[in-house]
Amino acid sequence: MTALAVENRRVLVRLVIGAVAMFGFGFLLVPFYEKICEVTGINNLLKPDVVANTQVDASREVLVLFDANVHDMPWTFRPLQRSVSVHPGELQTIAYEITNTRDVPVTGQAVPSYGPQRAGQFFLKMECFCFTQQTLAPGESRTMPVAFVLDPTLPVDVEAITVSYTFFEVAGRRVQAASTGAGSDS
Amino acid sequence: MAAVIPERLQEHHHGAHTGLMRWITTTNHKDIGTMYLIFSFVMFLAGGVMALTLRAELFQPGLQVVQPELFNQLTTLHGLVMVFGAIMPAFVGFANWMIPLMIGASDMAFARMNNWSFWLLPPAAILLIGSFFVPGGATAAGWTLYPPLSVQMGMGMDLAIFAVHIMGVSSIMGAINIVVTILNMRAPGMTMMKMPLFCWTWLITAYLLIAVMPVLAGAVTMLLTDRHFGTSFFNAAGGGDPVLYQHIFWFFGHPEVYIMILPAFGIVSQIIPTFARKPLFGYASMVYATSSIAILSFIVWAHHMFTTGMPAAGQLFFMYATMLIAVPTGVKVFNWVATMWRGSMTFETPMLFAVGFIFVFTMGGFTGLICAIAPVDIQIHDTYYVVAHFHYVLVAGSLFALFAGAYYWLPKWTGHMPDERIGKLHFWCSIVFFNVTFFPMHFLGLAGMPRRVPDYALQFADFNALATIGAFGFGLSQLIFLWAVIKCVRGGEKAAARSWESAEGLEWTVPSPAPHHTFEEAPVVR
Repeated sequence: MTALAVENRRVLVRLVIGAVAMFGFGFLLVPFYEKICEVTGINNLLKPDVVANTQVDASREVLVLFDANVHDMPWTFRPLQRSVSVHPGELQTIAYEITNTRDVPVTGQAVPSYGPQRAGQFFLKMECFCFTQQTLAPGESRTMPVAFVLDPTLPVDVEAITVSYTFFEVAGRRVQAASTGAGSDS
Repeated sequence: MAAVIPERLQEHHHGAHTGLMRWITTTNHKDIGTMYLIFSFVMFLAGGVMALTLRAELFQPGLQVVQPELFNQLTTLHGLVMVFGAIMPAFVGFANWMIPLMIGASDMAFARMNNWSFWLLPPAAILLIGSFFVPGGATAAGWTLYPPLSVQMGMGMDLAIFAVHIMGVSSIMGAINIVVTILNMRAPGMTMMKMPLFCWTWLITAYLLIAVMPVLAGAVTMLLTDRHFGTSFFNAAGGGDPVLYQHIFWFFGHPEVYIMILPAFGIVSQIIPTFARKPLFGYASMVYATSSIAILSFIVWAHHMFTTGMPAAGQLFFMYATMLIAVPTGVKVFNWVATMWRGSMTFETPMLFAVGFIFVFTMGGFTGLICAIAPVDIQIHDTYYVVAHFHYVLVAGSLFALFAGAYYWLPKWTGHMPDERIGKLHFWCSIVFFNVTFFPMHFLGLAGMPRRVPDYALQFADFNALATIGAFGFGLSQLIFLWAVIKCVRGGEKAAARSWESAEGLEWTVPSPAPHHTFEEAPVVR
C-alpha cells in the first residue's frame, strides 16, 4: 500500500506541475499574441504605417472629418480644423489641441476609430500623437500633428471618412497622483 | 439518502462523527459523490429559476418582469451557475461514485483532497449568488466575461472572478484525483483497454481540465489586475487589447465544452450496450475518437471569434479544423447506432434518455457544423441560433446524459429500482418541452434576433411566446425528476446486485445499495 501511495504522490506532483505550467502558459499567450499581431501587421495601433504607393490620384477628392472625445478625463481635446479635403495619395498634416484642466499631471492614450469602419485600413498615419502616451503637466496645453496619406486603393464609393480619436486615461498612472496626496479622484 | 446511510455507518467502527459533521469530514467517495450530485441539482434549480425569469420577461415584447440591468445579470449568472455549478459538478459526482466501483478500487486516490475539492464549491456558489445583493448587482458581462464590460463592472464582477478561481481550483483537484485513481488504482487484470468507457472519457476529460482550467484562472486574474492594479492586458488605452481576452478565454472555453460533453458520451456508452444486450460496437474506436476530440479541441477556439476581424486565412483554418471534429463525433454516433442494430432492445427510462440524447444531441451537432462555416457564422453570430445550438448540445446533450446516468445507477446508489412510470413521464415531458423551448430559437436566430436582449422587435413575438411556454413546461418537468429520486431513495422494488438484466461491469458485482466500503480486497479481472 505504501508503494501505491508513493506512486500516487509521484503522479500527483507531475499533474500539479502541469497545472501550474498551464497557468503560466495563459500569461505566455499575451506576448505570443502581441508578437503574432506585430508580425502579421494586424492591430498595429502604435506604429507608423508604411506608405508604398505615393501616386497621387488627382481625379477624386475625399472629405476627411475630424472628431475628438475624452473618456472620463479632465482634458479638453479638439481638432484645430473640422475637416480637410484630400486627394488619395497626397500627404496632409492637421493638428489637434489638448489641454489638461486639472492641477495634477495626467497621462492619456488616444485610440482612433474610423467611419466607415473599413476605411480604417486605407487611412495611413505617418505621424500621430496616438503612437505614444501623452503626459500633460497641470494646466499644460499642447498642439499635436497628425500626418496622413489616404491609400489610393481606397474604394471609390468612399467619399467621406470620419476619423475619431478618443483619449483614455492610462489607469496605472493614477497611483502617482494618489501618492502625492492631491486629487485622488483624478 | 441521509435517512439510509447513518444506520449503515454503524456497521463500520470509524464513524467518529454523526449528523452534519459526518458530511463535512467524510472522505468516502460515495458520500462525496452524493454531495456533488445534490449540490449540482440545487444549482441546477437555481440556474433554472434564473432562466425562467428570463423567459418570463421574453414572453412578450416590451419590459414587464425585470429591468434590462437585472436581465443581463440573470443571463450571466444563469450561464455561470449552469456551467460551473450544475453540469461540471454533476459529472464529478458521477466520477466519484462510479469510477472506483468500475475499476475495482476501494476509494479515490486522495480521499482528503476529494473532500476539500467538494467543500470549495459551496463558498463559490455563495459568492456567485450573493453577488446579486452587492451594490451594482451581479456581473452582467455575459458568462464569457468579455472586456471592456467586465473591466467596468462593479463589485459583483470581483465576486464572480473569485468564484471562478475557487471553482477552478476545485475542478483541478478533482481532475488530478481522477487521473491518479484511474492510472494507479485499477484492480489486477483491469487493463486500460478493458476499462468501461465512462472511465476512459473521464480520464481524457480530467487531462483537459488540468490543461485549461489554469488558463481560465489566468484570464480572470488578468481581468482582476486590469480592474484594480493598473495593468493593461485588455485595456486599449494602456496598450492592451480586448480581443486578446477572447483568445485566452476560448483557449479555455472550447476544451471546456468537451469537458462538459465527453463524460456524457461515457455515460451513454455504458447504457446503450446494457439495454441493447450487445457489447459496445467499436470500443477501441470510441477511445481513439474521444482522444481525437480532446486533441482537436485545442486548435479550434477562434471559431467563436469569426466576427472579430480575423484574416481570411485564420478564418479558413479554424473553420476546417472545427469541421474536422465532426469526424470523431460521427464515429461515436455511428458506434452507438451500430450497438443498437439488431440488439434485443428494451426501453427503460435510462435507455429512453440515452436514445433521446443521441437524437437531440446530433441535431445540436449539426447546427454546430452550420455555425462553424465562417460566412454563415458572420450572419448568425450572437443570435438566438447560437443559443439554440448550445442548448441542444448542453441541455439535450450533457443534461439528458446526466438524467440517463442517474436513472441507470440509482439502483446501485439507493438499493431501489426507480419508478418506471414516473421516469418515463419525466423523459417524455422533458424531450417534448425541450424541443418546444429551443427549436423555435433556430428560427428566431435566422430571422436576426440577437441574444442577451430583454426586449425585441414585434415580429419575433410568436416564437418567443412559444419558447417561454416550453421553458416553463421544461422547468416544471424537472420537479418530476426530484419526485422520482425521492421516491427511489425512500423505497420501491428492491434492486438486485445486477440491477439491469444484462448490465456489465464491476459496479454490478457489489450489492445494491453499494455498501459504504467496497473492493477493500481488489477483485481480479480476467
